Amino acid sequence: MTYLLAIGTKKGLFLAVSADRRDWEVTGPVVLGRDESTVQSSVYAIGIDTRRERPRLLVGADSSHFGPSVWHSDDLGADWTEPSDAPPIAFPPDTGASFVRAWQFAFGPEPDVVWAGVEPHGLFRSDDGGVTYTLNRGLWDHPHRTEWFPGFGGPAIHTILPHPADPSRVTVAMSTGGVYQTTDGGETWHPANHGIGADFLAEPTPEFGQCVHKAVRDATDPARMFVQNHGGVYRSDDEAGRWTSIAEGLPADFGFAIVAHPSRGGTVLNFPVDSAGGRFPPGNRLQAQRSDDAGATWRSYSDGLPEEPYFGIVLRDAATTDGASDAGWYFGTRCGDVYAAVESEGGWRQVAAHLPDVLCVRAAEVG
Amino acid sequence: MSVTVYIPGVLRNECDGASSVVLAEIAPTSLAQILDQLAVRYPRLDRRIRDEHGGLRRYVNVFVDADECRTLSGLATEVADGAQVRILPSVAGG
Repeated sequence: MTYLLAIGTKKGLFLAVSADRRDWEVTGPVVLGRDESTVQSSVYAIGIDTRRERPRLLVGADSSHFGPSVWHSDDLGADWTEPSDAPPIAFPPDTGASFVRAWQFAFGPEPDVVWAGVEPHGLFRSDDGGVTYTLNRGLWDHPHRTEWFPGFGGPAIHTILPHPADPSRVTVAMSTGGVYQTTDGGETWHPANHGIGADFLAEPTPEFGQCVHKAVRDATDPARMFVQNHGGVYRSDDEAGRWTSIAEGLPADFGFAIVAHPSRGGTVLNFPVDSAGGRFPPGNRLQAQRSDDAGATWRSYSDGLPEEPYFGIVLRDAATTDGASDAGWYFGTRCGDVYAAVESEGGWRQVAAHLPDVLCVRAAEVG
Repeated sequence: MSVTVYIPGVLRNECDGASSVVLAEIAPTSLAQILDQLAVRYPRLDRRIRDEHGGLRRYVNVFVDADECRTLSGLATEVADGAQVRILPSVAGG
């Protein structure tokens, strides 16, 4: 087997390849296409589309000088292509908005359909496998949009959860604004935050306005979702109709990343952060927390991680799985360290160290 | 009239490696129109310089002869025959 781990950092894309998920060959920063400035572009969004005969890699990168774009590769990162004639993602003139960066790529049940969540608060859809995209007007024109406001990371739709079987159902999450959902393919959207707190607002459980940091969907039950909120960890058993707290048993309810097991229902990893005012791992100890019962109980899943004080946290897209039957887990930190664990083996192994801040990781079995 | 546009090294791959591009036999025009003509030949290069609505990216400076365009009339700055337009990344980043 060949496994690919794509690592997006504050300065560039790094690629790690392994045959056994123990030893990794890491290369980078990668030049995307012909643009040499991309070696120090921020890479917030990576997608690995394994629905295709050959996996397609998608990368959203943005240069502080030269702006954002989206590149794709059909040869596992050897060559990268960016459309020439028109930008892959652009806001229509009447919006008055300009594309700042891609935050997320997501793949639903329809071949060649790729969703992109971007900053500012935009959702784009591609029907050509992620090469070019069109703004979803239903969400952009939502009357709530003018009341969404930027979290520290920026005003972005950072999470997209297409229903795995029903293309009319898509759930998104944003900071801030919270969870929104469509059941008609994106024509209309409604907020879906019932039960999620917002301790930074006067109304503690508003209809919308929550700072949801990340949402994931359960592997076996499409109606079950998990949220890591800006304070609070939640589960929904009715596809975001109502959320209930599952934070009890965690060392902290703050954090950014939460990841669902790719095939085992009710199993998630969480990467707690001490608090909004103390954005370090709890006890300054790098750790993952695991639940195998949909959040009813949690246990540390941290074997192999550093035992000395550690101060780098795991950002919202800096943790993932590779989807393999013997699942691999991966995460990176703001200290530039990247770790991998294989389900059947247990224990984290270091893939890379001393990279720039890790913003996102995506992995897949690619051969 | 003729105008020469100088390209920073980091972006030259987007214009076939050229360090400069000569726009010859053009009518008197503004800086925006100069960039529009450059965009026809090198659309990806243009996207590095301007956003999707034609706005100059914040950390890209464009000099018309000795003056950065923001100290003149921005992209509406008139460009004279023989002018040198220099695209330069500003001092930014860490």
